[in-house]
Amino acid sequence: MKTAAFKIWRGDASGGAFQDFQVDVKPGYVVLDAVRKIQADEAHDMAVRWNCKAGRCGSCSAEVNGMPRLMCMTKLHDLPEDQPITVEPLKAFPIVRDLVTDVSWNYEVKKRIKPFKPRAPDHEDGTWEMHQEDVDRVMEFRKCIECFLCQDVCHVLRDHHKHEDFIGPRFFVYAAALEMHPLDEEDRRDDLRQEHGIGYCNITKCCTKVCPEGITITDNAIIPLKERVVDRAYDPLAKLVQLVRGK
Amino acid sequence: MSEYSTVEHDVLVIGAGGAGLRASIEAAAQGVSVGLVCKSLLGKAHTVMAEGGVAAALGNVDGRDSWEVHFADTMRGGGYLNNWRMAELHAKEAPDRVRELEAWGALMDRTPDGRILQRNFGGHAYPRLAHVGDRTGLEMIRTLQDHGIHKGIDVHMEVTIVSLLTDGDRVVGAVGYDRERGRFRVFRAGAVVMATGGIGKAFLITSNSWEYTGDGHALAYHAGAELVDMEFVQFHPTGMVWPPSVQGILVTEGVRGEGGVLKNSEGRRFMFDDIPPLYKDQTADTPEEGWRYVTGDKEARRPPELLTRDHVARCILREVREGRGSPHGGVFLDIAWIDEKVSDGPAHIKRKLPGMYHQFKELAGIDITKEPMEVGPTTHYAMGGIRVDADTQMSSLPGLFAAGECAAGLHGANRLGGNSLSDLLVFGRRAGLHAAEFASSHGRGTVDAGQVETAVREALAPLERAGDANDGGPYYIMQSVQELMQAKAGIIREEDGLREALDGLRDIARKAAGVAVNGNRDFNPGWHTALDLKNILTVAEAVVRAARERKESRGAHSRTDYDGKDPDWGTVNLVLRKGEGGEMDLRREAVPEMRQELADIIQEQG
Ligand SMILES: Cc1cc2nc3c(=O)[nH]c(=O)nc-3n(C[C@H](O)[C@H](O)[C@H](O)COP(=O)(O)OP(=O)(O)OC[C@H]3O[C@@H](n4cnc5c(N)ncnc54)[C@H](O)[C@@H]3O)c2cc1C
Ligand code: SF4
Ligand code: SF4
Ligand code: FES
Repeated sequence: MKTAAFKIWRGDASGGAFQDFQVDVKPGYVVLDAVRKIQADEAHDMAVRWNCKAGRCGSCSAEVNGMPRLMCMTKLHDLPEDQPITVEPLKAFPIVRDLVTDVSWNYEVKKRIKPFKPRAPDHEDGTWEMHQEDVDRVMEFRKCIECFLCQDVCHVLRDHHKHEDFIGPRFFVYAAALEMHPLDEEDRRDDLRQEHGIGYCNITKCCTKVCPEGITITDNAIIPLKERVVDRAYDPLAKLVQLVRGK
Repeated sequence: MSEYSTVEHDVLVIGAGGAGLRASIEAAAQGVSVGLVCKSLLGKAHTVMAEGGVAAALGNVDGRDSWEVHFADTMRGGGYLNNWRMAELHAKEAPDRVRELEAWGALMDRTPDGRILQRNFGGHAYPRLAHVGDRTGLEMIRTLQDHGIHKGIDVHMEVTIVSLLTDGDRVVGAVGYDRERGRFRVFRAGAVVMATGGIGKAFLITSNSWEYTGDGHALAYHAGAELVDMEFVQFHPTGMVWPPSVQGILVTEGVRGEGGVLKNSEGRRFMFDDIPPLYKDQTADTPEEGWRYVTGDKEARRPPELLTRDHVARCILREVREGRGSPHGGVFLDIAWIDEKVSDGPAHIKRKLPGMYHQFKELAGIDITKEPMEVGPTTHYAMGGIRVDADTQMSSLPGLFAAGECAAGLHGANRLGGNSLSDLLVFGRRAGLHAAEFASSHGRGTVDAGQVETAVREALAPLERAGDANDGGPYYIMQSVQELMQAKAGIIREEDGLREALDGLRDIARKAAGVAVNGNRDFNPGWHTALDLKNILTVAEAVVRAARERKESRGAHSRTDYDGKDPDWGTVNLVLRKGEGGEMDLRREAVPEMRQELADIIQEQG
């Protein structure tokens, strides 16, 4: 049987270090399989989050060989064989233990974004008419599995720790899904500029690169939001037109 | 005295999948205070994984659909052991619950005239599943989550409940620990809603995650509530079989709904070889008719691939056992072939089944637009669970409600695909509503400090005792339950195997009672797993006992020694309850007689 070498970060807020492991691997093994095997065999208390094991829940986020990845969708086969595979926790959030970080900040941020506010129903039975092309425009954003890998990689959070002033790419995607929702009537533009710090994003596109759902975060969500916000802030005419058109 | 903090809520909801979220939203809307507890982070519950869709007789695609047809389909699928009142409420209320999601921001695929699109699924007479590609569960849980967080619900994430608290018969709260630091938390409540999902982790090959250890079933049982229909465990016909690391991961029925066909190693569409009499009239005679059905021809009948799950799973097993399986012990599921029928097949498949395309591409290195998939049965869903009142969802214990997969009744002997997501919405809402009413009229109960003390001490024991170095640790004990259940109480059952399973479980329980874990209380999955053992052993025993008692084959329950349905068993539910001496008591109960008008509907629908 083939074996693979792993270096897994273990520790807590007070510090930690990489620990070496050797794992017998089976065909098709993903990083999460190896981590769980290590956990079952020798490190029973190794902290790690996972649920679906199919890239659908966004629980198993970590940095594999330095890259933010879903452990359940990272095949050993696709990683270099001649060096140990390193696995470490996300960097943008406080460490809890081993591979688990405290991501509760993300849940607080979401609450600060104004919720969905639909227009009055089109039909008497309380339903709306929406067409596939209206829906398709936002489907991309609604694929988000809240893995927070984009939050992890964004330098505004990771290096500059602007957690107070900047909501991060995940929540621009969320805001974009609401702003472009065919039924939504809320206006989030002032918030985006003032409370949510969209101006901090300097379009490095790192977030787009790591998104496991392939959401084009920067081009399709952030840039259009920036355009709306700028229109509003600096262009009184555009503002007037928007007022007349309802958005 | 152990250390713990205390929180108070009018309604405590345990579980934050679709059922728990819907219950919380409804309870909060009644103006009571609500606490919502979940083992994982919010939005990660099993509901997120649901793919195919949510069943509701909206009639958007085929105007002939109605609640009556949905009701009759559900009862037929369930081998008529369903709680008919639940099936009635479910069929009537599901359309409103689905529309309501749209008012809360959900976006579903559309019909050409701008309404919610519906797709075909096994056992449903008409296209009935509202869906979004193959990520319906994600859309649903995110909608409920994003709506719910603005409703003043207190969410306790990554907290595991280990025990319910009772005052006499009445349930008055629960004890849990936070996974992060292992601190204990006591919840004092006026009413408790159980919404903990299923029991899939009792088997080795499963589409379910680590969370599905039957906690709610076991917690309710140990508090004195009744369980029903526990012999009925659904094995989904199509799970991945290769590579080994992905074995069991679900391949949505949507693949077959979109025209995917099952073939054996000889290239034969074997599903045409065995069509049950009950479904003969509704099933296509030829592949050509089957294709017309999946492409929306109202005159055509459904292809045999869309027969109920129990039947399809058994047919697959038969092919494999008789040597006509695929290289890795499954059969072939082919969607690529539709390229013959539609223009640009690959693009069509990617649009209809993006998640499946991605899943096979990434995890198995297979391009489903070009090659067939290898699939085989996987443990999927528990029809059995906490016995509840159909209208209020209250269990046999006052103050304890249950909804979603951990509750029983709606699905009888076999669940139809899509009927779970609708179940969560319909009965989640009802549970939340009635729990809020109960809490308002009864006030908060009294918590007995002695019960808390016992629960905490029991939970800490694995960290404190010196272990047996040879038991393999908590993960291997868990795995031994799974192996045993897979081998002896899986799709095909018989007396000797079930007896061996019971003996085996007894041995494993002995080991589990002495399990020790290393490390401390900080996010320690070894410890968490050790605590899940009691639950999994409880539900496994319930499944085996009920399966042994039911001496016939019906729905998801198949016995080689009692082949076929036995009419005498067709009117009996099996009810389990903890006896005075701690043993598991099992009793037979007659299925209540159906209201005449409902019986007439079934007659009419044939
Ligand atoms: C891969 C897959 C695909 C599916 N596809 C479909 C489909 O297309 N259509 C359909 O109708 N159904 C489908 N199902 C079935 C359906 O998704 C589930 O039955 C349903 O989501 C269960 O929802 P629930 O709210 O009851 O529980 P879940 O969503 O599982 O939520 C359970 C909650 O309980 C919590 N919990 C459990 N134990 C404890 C404890 N001890 N303490 C605290 N919290 C606890 C968990 O953390 C979780 O939050 C599918 C299932 C799977 C696995
Ligand atoms: S594009 Fe903007 S949001 Fe994305 S990583 Fe760069 S700075 Fe952050
Ligand atoms: S946008 Fe992509 S990377 Fe960011 S949380 Fe969502 S799925 Fe993850
Ligand atoms: S475990 Fe769900 S995304 Fe990896």
